[in-house]
Amino acid sequence: MKMMTAIIKPFKLDDVRDALNQIGIAGMTVEEVKGYGRQKGHTELYRGAEYLVEFQPKVKLQIAISDDQVEAAIDAICGAARTGKIGDGKIFVAPLEQSIRIRTGEVGEDAL
Amino acid sequence: MKMLQKTALLAMVMLASAGASADELNAADTAWILTSTALVLFMTIPGLSLFYAGLVRVKNVLSILMQCFALTCLMSLVWFVVGYTIAFGSDGVEQGMWIGDFGNVFFASMTMETMNGGIPATLFAIFQMTFAIITPALILGGFAERMRFSAMLLFSTIWLIVVYSPVCHWVWGGGWLGNMGLQDFAGGTVVHITAAVAALVAALVMGPRKGFGTVAMPPHNLTMTVTGAGMLWVGWFGFNAGSAVAADNSAAMAMLVTHLSAASGSLAWMTMEWVRHGKPSVLGIVTGMVAGLGTITPASGSVGPAGAVLIGLSAGVICYFATNYLKNALKIDDSLDVFPVHGVGGVLGTLLAGIFCSTQLGIFSGNGFSDGIDSIGGQLVVQATGVLATFVYTMVATFIILKLVDMMVGLRVDGDEEIQGLDLVLHDERGYDL
Repeated sequence: MKMMTAIIKPFKLDDVRDALNQIGIAGMTVEEVKGYGRQKGHTELYRGAEYLVEFQPKVKLQIAISDDQVEAAIDAICGAARTGKIGDGKIFVAPLEQSIRIRTGEVGEDAL
Repeated sequence: MKMLQKTALLAMVMLASAGASADELNAADTAWILTSTALVLFMTIPGLSLFYAGLVRVKNVLSILMQCFALTCLMSLVWFVVGYTIAFGSDGVEQGMWIGDFGNVFFASMTMETMNGGIPATLFAIFQMTFAIITPALILGGFAERMRFSAMLLFSTIWLIVVYSPVCHWVWGGGWLGNMGLQDFAGGTVVHITAAVAALVAALVMGPRKGFGTVAMPPHNLTMTVTGAGMLWVGWFGFNAGSAVAADNSAAMAMLVTHLSAASGSLAWMTMEWVRHGKPSVLGIVTGMVAGLGTITPASGSVGPAGAVLIGLSAGVICYFATNYLKNALKIDDSLDVFPVHGVGGVLGTLLAGIFCSTQLGIFSGNGFSDGIDSIGGQLVVQATGVLATFVYTMVATFIILKLVDMMVGLRVDGDEEIQGLDLVLHDERGYDL
């Protein structure tokens, strides 16, 4: 099992969710986060007062998937979230030791 | 106002000969001033309240709304007790040079039947009351996010009595500036210069907010600000067209020039930002609107539509530069830019009224010079005298009042309280629970 974390542009969330649904990944957890990478921040100007806003708003999405879904999930997220401009985000993949469905007590891939 | 003075003078002459009030109620005038009174109150609550509240940080939003609301209540009572009589005396227009007589303390010389020209004296008193509310409320922008609530109430009370009411008398109540021929239809000197100079002095006396210039202090809710700005624009029709104190040609022209100046000022500021920074900003266009409106205010009874467009355009450009200069070069934390918008606009408008009132400027002609003045130069001298007198008097008096209030209750919240935010510290409330 793998825990996949994707940081994407907020307005791409719906596209990414649809793409993941199409390959059979039906559950996810989403958070609104702030951060920066190569995109850096942006400036805002209010009546002559200029502020550098260093953190960009992003959406962080986490999915727990089986090993054989990893390549398809990466393709789905990249396909849906890419604009080609700086700031499209990143995907991290990490091993997942265990998963448990609380309602039934199922464990492992059965619980995904 | 000029109109009113004439009618009131006429009334006094007739009073002397007939021995009784000869004024008959003019229903059209009365209906329009009743409406205007509501419009001008609407400018403060909720117009200015929302405009200002959106500009502060989230931790101080309630402090601004509270200050505007409390000032509306308190200034009404101060005006009733003593402010009105200092400005307008017993008869609505009082020929004293400096202040009115004290015959209208607690509106003592007024009954339901008393007339002031063609409208009830009570109506004139409450119409003027709404001006006495918004003027101190404008000052709040200068010391936003750091003044103690008690100090603000005390300061505003003394300021209304010592600064606003006398200056109002000088210009509109039969005082020396009005008699000299100063053209200030709706309050370039009385409202905007007094409020803006007071805001500037307060910003200097109290010092900048903690972190000014190093910490980002962007507006917390510009949708609120734009909503308030729209209300101000509408309310300003009552402010300027109502200042004709009649439903007549002068009122209609005042409304037209007010609107044109607001539109021109908005576009001018928007264009300045677009050209200089690459993007037209929402805050820019609404600030340009306030600049255009503030600048046309003194001139709204003097100029024609083409003159008004020039006034609006110059307001948008000059107030834009003034705002940048005050903040970035002088580093003065006039937090909501009261001085560069209202003060610079008030001075500009009062001076330009002296030019564009001329009837000799072709399409840019206005409604003529004051009685006894026959040139732009002559009118400009009077206009400049009005600006200078109002400016200097307000500056000195405001400084003294602030020092006095500082000794009595302390002007500023302490550093920790400022960081925590006035909403929690002073009012035990939060603006949002989202």
